[in-house]
Amino acid sequence: MKIYGFRVPLMASLIVWIALWEVIGRTGAALVLPPFSSVVERMVEIVPTPTFLKALAMTGEAYLIGNLIAIGIGVPVGVLMGRSVVADRLLLPWVNIFLSAPLSALVPVIMVLFGLGMTTIVLTVVLFAVWIIVLDARAGVRGISPSLVEMARSYGATPLQAFAKIYLWAALPEILAGIRLGCIRAVKGVIIGQLLVSIVGFGHLFEIYFSNFLMEHFWALVLTLFAFAFAIAEGLGYLERRVEYYASSRQQ
Amino acid sequence: MTEVTPSLGSRKTGIRPARLQRNRLADLAIHPLTLRLATALILFSAWEYAGRLPVSPAFPGFVETMIAFADMAKDGSLLSALLITLQPLVAGLAISAVVGIGLGVAMGISRFTEWLIAPPFIVMQAAPMAALIPLLVFAYGIGLASKILTVCIMAMPVIVLNSYLAIRQTPASLIEMGRSFLGSRAQIILKIMLPSASPVIFAGLRLGAAAGFIGAILAELLITPTGIGDLITYNQSIAEYPKMYAAIFSVIALSVLFIEGLGKIEAAIFRREGRKA
Amino acid sequence: MTTARRERPAETGTPIIEVRAISKIYAGGVEALNDISLEVPRGKLTTLLGPSGCGKTTLLKIIAGLIPATSGEVLVSGRPVTGPGPDRAFVFQDFALMPWASVLRNVAFGLELRGVSRSERDEVARRHIAEVGLAGFEDRHPHELSGGMRQRVGLARALAVDADVLLMDEPFSSVDEQTRRKFQEDMLGLLSAHGKTVLFVTHSIEEAVYLSDRIVLLSRRPSRVAQVIEPEIRRGDDPEAIRRHPAYLDTVETIWQGLKRYLD
Repeated sequence: MKIYGFRVPLMASLIVWIALWEVIGRTGAALVLPPFSSVVERMVEIVPTPTFLKALAMTGEAYLIGNLIAIGIGVPVGVLMGRSVVADRLLLPWVNIFLSAPLSALVPVIMVLFGLGMTTIVLTVVLFAVWIIVLDARAGVRGISPSLVEMARSYGATPLQAFAKIYLWAALPEILAGIRLGCIRAVKGVIIGQLLVSIVGFGHLFEIYFSNFLMEHFWALVLTLFAFAFAIAEGLGYLERRVEYYASSRQQ
Repeated sequence: MTEVTPSLGSRKTGIRPARLQRNRLADLAIHPLTLRLATALILFSAWEYAGRLPVSPAFPGFVETMIAFADMAKDGSLLSALLITLQPLVAGLAISAVVGIGLGVAMGISRFTEWLIAPPFIVMQAAPMAALIPLLVFAYGIGLASKILTVCIMAMPVIVLNSYLAIRQTPASLIEMGRSFLGSRAQIILKIMLPSASPVIFAGLRLGAAAGFIGAILAELLITPTGIGDLITYNQSIAEYPKMYAAIFSVIALSVLFIEGLGKIEAAIFRREGRKA
Repeated sequence: MTTARRERPAETGTPIIEVRAISKIYAGGVEALNDISLEVPRGKLTTLLGPSGCGKTTLLKIIAGLIPATSGEVLVSGRPVTGPGPDRAFVFQDFALMPWASVLRNVAFGLELRGVSRSERDEVARRHIAEVGLAGFEDRHPHELSGGMRQRVGLARALAVDADVLLMDEPFSSVDEQTRRKFQEDMLGLLSAHGKTVLFVTHSIEEAVYLSDRIVLLSRRPSRVAQVIEPEIRRGDDPEAIRRHPAYLDTVETIWQGLKRYLD
């Protein structure tokens, strides 16, 4: 996928859209759309406030812990599925179901079981991120060329050596792609979780801004979140491309 | 399953029929269908066990949930709720499909449209669009319109970007072939680029449907409780957990069937041509 | 035939394609072709032979009108080339078959683009499918065919539009060796029966010598015409005899000596 590979010249058209936003905002035609410039002013104002920083810290923590758990579970399970036919057949149907299932419907279950706090948000992140990580790690291991495995065997590699020195590295590009996609899904998960719980983190802020009709605040928050999400996606995409060089000869 | 003829086996490797028999049994034991049934059994038993333990008063077992499911299916409340949930979903997906494929194809065939439209959708694809739901409520109230638009903002980005990439990935030699046989630009777009892109466009629709389901449920949970969202929140508020779980179970099952159905259609269309999406 | 026949002077040997001082510099400064001039005689098979990456395909696509030259001009039947035309048909290295279309529709596609009615173009297509030996495969899809069969479809599609000139871009490079020999023989018979002019790109010396009336040897990039060779081989002989004929072997050797200096 090259979606995230676009560079500056293409992205320059965002300036056109921002200008359009500014103009519409100034005319006051759309009640919910304050001018871009005042949203940015508000952003500068609210980002350093303790309330915002606290929400950011809480969200960041839930996001990181959730992602680490998802990677910690997802990669080994994916590698196992790639290596073992039985494990693959046991788990693959479920992974596929949860990959495209409406996970937002499961958040209420997590809420009644784990309360309206940090745990629920972390679990929501795991739930959103883990399936694609499993699937890509599996695809990575399955895509390893048989001759590479035979090479390792013929030179007398033990199973552990084969895993640490061959499988993990040969499957690395796909594993990283899975982690990147998992991280993007996790951003959506963390926000959906907080919107539904709505008394913690940014969910709480959204609630306050929403009920007080603070449009500029609201947009400032949305813009900040979008910027974070885009930066995460782009940053991980960049890291992935740095690894891709040695996998470039492989067919996806 | 791999079939080994006895004669070949005994002559070449000395494997006796008895061994073969065992292999057949082993093959049957790890047959995808056997294992799928096994995992379903394991999963539902674990669910039932956890429900009986109980891990939480708010965690009914599998059997209890299925009984609630059957009750709600019988009295029709489940079906009517699902039909209500499907309204914004189907409307939103239809709008997203038409607008999304249109925009994506326009971006695929015109550099200017690509420059203008691709970046916002690339940002949207990575962004948590759910954050915009409160805004839709501000602008369009708490009715069907907001819910349809929720489905649209969730489903549209992936449909647009898939259509766009699909058109862009038309093999260069096919386009050259069209030009060398004197095809007009319209002919090349209609007869070469669109058919070539259709598997990936269709896959985008499938992904869009999955995202749309997330949006439709989110809308019902966040905006106003209707349909399945109403069953979930109402039964949660009166601590009628088996019904709450049954409602969730039903909407996940519906989405799985819906998306599986799209996948089947996809396979039926493209299998004959030897193309996979 | 479907389209009105263009005047076709029977006189073979007079130039039908004239390439005049063609140069091509790609955006980014890569110089692919440098001042190339050559003539392709009518009714003959001419081969562009050269080391890989030397710009043979670029030259072929310029003649096809698919890419513009930086300078110079190409004349086909005396008229300058400004784009693809009905007088030239292209056969692609990767076949360029539409995977979603049947063999019949693929072969008829050139006529379909010209607005020929369905029944008419299907009839023409069926005839050419039979000619390349694929009768009975009309309703199959490309993925059901072997590489050699796919290229036969590509050849039938090019024949179906009844162009004077066939431009073939390494048509056999994705076809396995055994199939290739049979295909080459079939193609030679077919082309001479139709009286087509062929410009053929290859990097295989043996293929060039076996097939060609005239071989244009290109140098390494930026390409120039290094040598023009006309193998003295009597067509119509038994193919195996040709491959053992001293003239054939000598020509292969001469070309190999000529090309060797471009290899490091």
